[in-house]
Amino acid sequence: MPSPEFTEANYVDGKRRKGASSTFRPIVFFLVPLLSVLLDIFLPRFVESARTLEFPLLITIYFSLMKRQPIAGIAIGATIGLMQDSLSQQPLGMFGIVKTLVGYFAASVSLRFDVNNPALRFMLCCFFFVFHQFFYWVMVRALLGQVPNINTMDEFVRAILNSAIALPLFLVLDKLREDEG
Amino acid sequence: MDGFLGRYRNLSVLVIVIMAQLVLLAVQVKNNQDVRLIRVWAVTAITPLARVLEGIRANTFGLAGEYWKLIEIRSQNGALKVDVDRLKLENQYLKEELATAKRIEAMAGFVQRNPNKTLGARIIGAGAGMNSKVVFIDRGSTAGVQKGMPVITPDGVVGKVTASYPTGSQVMLITDPTFACGVVSDKTRVHGTARGQGNNQLLVDYIQNEQSVEVGEVFFTSGDDRLFPKGLPVGPVRVSRQGKLFKEIFVAPAAFERGLEEVLVVLEGVHQQIPDASQMANVGPEAKALAPPPVDPKAASATGLPTGPSQKFPTDADRLMDRYKALGEQQGVSYGNGGKVPNFNAPVGPRAIPKTPVAPVGEQPVTVPPAAATPGTTAPTGPPPGVG
Repeated sequence: MPSPEFTEANYVDGKRRKGASSTFRPIVFFLVPLLSVLLDIFLPRFVESARTLEFPLLITIYFSLMKRQPIAGIAIGATIGLMQDSLSQQPLGMFGIVKTLVGYFAASVSLRFDVNNPALRFMLCCFFFVFHQFFYWVMVRALLGQVPNINTMDEFVRAILNSAIALPLFLVLDKLREDEG
Repeated sequence: MDGFLGRYRNLSVLVIVIMAQLVLLAVQVKNNQDVRLIRVWAVTAITPLARVLEGIRANTFGLAGEYWKLIEIRSQNGALKVDVDRLKLENQYLKEELATAKRIEAMAGFVQRNPNKTLGARIIGAGAGMNSKVVFIDRGSTAGVQKGMPVITPDGVVGKVTASYPTGSQVMLITDPTFACGVVSDKTRVHGTARGQGNNQLLVDYIQNEQSVEVGEVFFTSGDDRLFPKGLPVGPVRVSRQGKLFKEIFVAPAAFERGLEEVLVVLEGVHQQIPDASQMANVGPEAKALAPPPVDPKAASATGLPTGPSQKFPTDADRLMDRYKALGEQQGVSYGNGGKVPNFNAPVGPRAIPKTPVAPVGEQPVTVPPAAATPGTTAPTGPPPGVG
């Protein structure tokens, strides 16, 4: 595969793609997070190993990276997190706070990197998954007074697995971007 | 503020959203004591602030309040000091009253037990001069006090009346250098003359060096001076040593041991039996001063002993006179007519026992008149040399 030729047009296009915020239809902003939460609920009923997947987190990371606006990331993270909380047995705000932080930092990171790069997406997904799990563990321990049993190696494996799932998922979601193509 | 929020808009929004969700969490979550976290956090957040505010209030308003309280306390302190002073005075007064009541009670007991006819008096003044050994009492001639009457306390002899005025009398204390009275010791029955020295001791004079007087022996009035009735305590011996002519015996006046406030003037003296030294060994000075209780008249009539005012005890001179009388009757010699002199060394027969049954010691009663110089009394021999 020949390497892309460096031209002025390609450079400008790259700069534009790197600095611009992706746009989505409102229905996409509504349905995709909802679908991710529903998958998070229903999929484990049929496939036990699906509990490993964290679709709401992946959707949060994707929209935050693509929007490249911290406030948008905060809103996306808080909304998806609260939705996930509302369907869980734990108090409202546990996932909300963690995903708010993930959305904020993901949006902030996206301002400095080319988030269309798959390798970078993979690494960011790994990092934010670990970040998410760590802060969730802190929240559970600090606010609920519980000590969740977490295996560090398992969490790293889960992080890699979710990141691997995230790559094709993000490519599918890229098709829903209005600025794509 | 707007500039800050505009500059850190993203971070501000993040904080606001996080805080909102934390509040949402806190409303739902309860701790292990079933208290919602929102309450725990609120109290935890408020408590330090309240503590700081309370500290500020305590250090400012509290200080002012303490200052005003201090002013109030100072006024209260002044009032309390006045109260304390008043109570101290009152306490002192009541103590004095209590002590007086105790003294009067003791004196009343003494008067009840003592056969002498006495009159209570209070010392109201001392004589003029630094070395004065006279005092004034509040009873005078209108109360029956006459010159020469003995003055005593339950503890012992105080002195004698040297001048009687209508409302008061002058009393010469036994410590006066010109005072003297006849005394006899309770243990060895040694007779002597107690003389004032001008200090707080009496010198018992005219006791031969061969005679034994021990320290601690108590001297009583002997009645030889025809002034003080026999049996009144004078004081214990403090010093007893050999002298040039006579023994040097110093006695501490028992009446002055506890100070003088109330005294008794002996209006009519009655000789009493001198207590046995063995019986006086283990009793205090006050008990030593108390004479034996009056004999029950009914019991006394059954035993034939004299009772009441007639219960009188003779002096050695009385016994000597009775012995001479008995010897005269035994040998058929009458005194005062010249002629045969009886054998005074002959033993006295059973007939010579005194006619009147008296105390077990075989003494006869003798009444001492109030005034020593009153002629025609049954007083014994004259006072020893030096008796004042």
